[in-house]
Amino acid sequence: MRARFRVARGEFTLDVDLSLPASGVTALFGPSGCGKTTLLRAIAGLERHDDGYLQIGETTWQDADLFVPPHRRALGYVFQEASLFEHLTVRSNLDYAANRVPAAERRVPVDRAVELLGIGTLLDRRPAHLSGGERQRVAIARALAASPRLLLMDEPLASLDRQRKGEILPYLESLHRELDMPLLYVSHSHDEVARLADHLVLLECGRAEGSGPIDEMLTRLDLSLAHGPDAEALIEATVSEHDEEFDLTYLDSGVGRFSVARRALPVGSRVRVRVAARDVSLTLSPQSDTSILNIFPATVEEVAAEAEGQATVRLKVGGIPMLARVTRKSAAALGLESGKKVFAQAKSVALLA
Amino acid sequence: MPTGADLTALGVTLKLAALATTVLLLLGTPLAWWLSRTRWRFKFVLEAVVALPLVLPPTVLGFYLLIAFGPHGPLGKLMAAVGGPPLAFSFSGLLVGSVIYSMPFVVQPLQDAFAAVGRRPLEVAATLRASPIDRFFSVAVPLARPGFLTATVLGFAHTVGEFGVVLMIGGNIPGETQVLSIALYDHVEGLEYGHAHWLSGGLLLTSFLMLIAVYGLNRRFRVLRP
Repeated sequence: MRARFRVARGEFTLDVDLSLPASGVTALFGPSGCGKTTLLRAIAGLERHDDGYLQIGETTWQDADLFVPPHRRALGYVFQEASLFEHLTVRSNLDYAANRVPAAERRVPVDRAVELLGIGTLLDRRPAHLSGGERQRVAIARALAASPRLLLMDEPLASLDRQRKGEILPYLESLHRELDMPLLYVSHSHDEVARLADHLVLLECGRAEGSGPIDEMLTRLDLSLAHGPDAEALIEATVSEHDEEFDLTYLDSGVGRFSVARRALPVGSRVRVRVAARDVSLTLSPQSDTSILNIFPATVEEVAAEAEGQATVRLKVGGIPMLARVTRKSAAALGLESGKKVFAQAKSVALLA
Repeated sequence: MPTGADLTALGVTLKLAALATTVLLLLGTPLAWWLSRTRWRFKFVLEAVVALPLVLPPTVLGFYLLIAFGPHGPLGKLMAAVGGPPLAFSFSGLLVGSVIYSMPFVVQPLQDAFAAVGRRPLEVAATLRASPIDRFFSVAVPLARPGFLTATVLGFAHTVGEFGVVLMIGGNIPGETQVLSIALYDHVEGLEYGHAHWLSGGLLLTSFLMLIAVYGLNRRFRVLRP
């Protein structure tokens, strides 16, 4: 998928040229007012900007002399507020979408959308009688029932409280696994992006500062993501074993074996491990007299100085990027520079599942 | 008791009000839709034209319509050219006059109702592959239903109650242009207060009941704005 748009609106300009993967979840990530929603609306065709080009697979939706109106684009759009049709029941909202899909393009039956979002008990209700979380689940199911080739979501969780977010995130993760449908997900929430995204586009002030696989993007020292207080690395892992005696769960990954507090997850399930840069310390020799369990041999790739005497170190562990936040003094004392062999100790790691 | 002539006038009135309301809904719906959506900078001029009957003395409107309907007036000439019925002192003329006179009572509630629907539901429908016409009928109209109710009742009731315009362009031809309000006027002129009470009381009660229905069924909408 290729999207190029140039939009000038008063002081604000959006100028992006993106090539995005045709599968998986791509997050459009950035602060508010950086053009994420404008870009998503342009991709949907809800706003027409003449200076644009948009191609999905083999289909062109916009170029110099073509503009396919939104109702002829096979897409699904989930707005920040659920925006259900208030005059229709939940079932009719879903049918509204399904009935307008040409038979040849029907890929997601209504029943499947209902099952994926767990809204089977809500079908006969009116939107006015649903909670915020339920409404958003119905809105997502409705977008799926449109059998889109591309699913667009504009901060679908932003208007919900923490608890409701926690209620919907697992459904979004399951979409990811169950459906082969590319998802463009706009968000300014680090947590959501860390849980969902495979690919990340960093938008700042109307420009795409970078675009790439999420593990790469989070750890690139030329981007802002690696420098904030929440800088972290994401590592894909598989649950390999539970330790009854010490109440631990072991995870295998390209980095090595992680030990985390025991979680009730079946062996073999895929999870993401978050390792915050500030929780990683570096040593030159392997420590055995330490309480830290997660220790991996690593190679320093790059070191960047931060404010307040800190430095961020980008490491490669078994080919997978990780970050460590150390003091500049330690970085100098250990002689950290590109190619240096070290041991990374992760004081704590978080499991996303 | 109402006289036979009163019942004839009632028939003419109901027929006029029903036809005028139908024509108004057919013309007013696209107009109101357009007014609620357009970003045309001079739309306020058109809104003022639509609202004009709210403030204009009906006799003024009636006078200009009479001129326009006459054999030398633009509408009179047009009707003659297409072989239509004469407009002055005819039921057709009364219908045209009523449509203009009751226009704000239909267009304004519809415009407000369409505006209250907002853009979002229509955008959602567009992303669900609904064409513009489909969106209008499947989303905008059902969501604007309270506005349609208000518009229908007000357009009907206001047409039933008109007097000045009818007097100027319709005259007082029983069975053709004599409507209830004119028949009432005749009774009062003839000092037939008993008959006048029947008509006045009936009209008062009917109008009141219609407004009760409108206000009771949708409290969300302002009924009219000046």
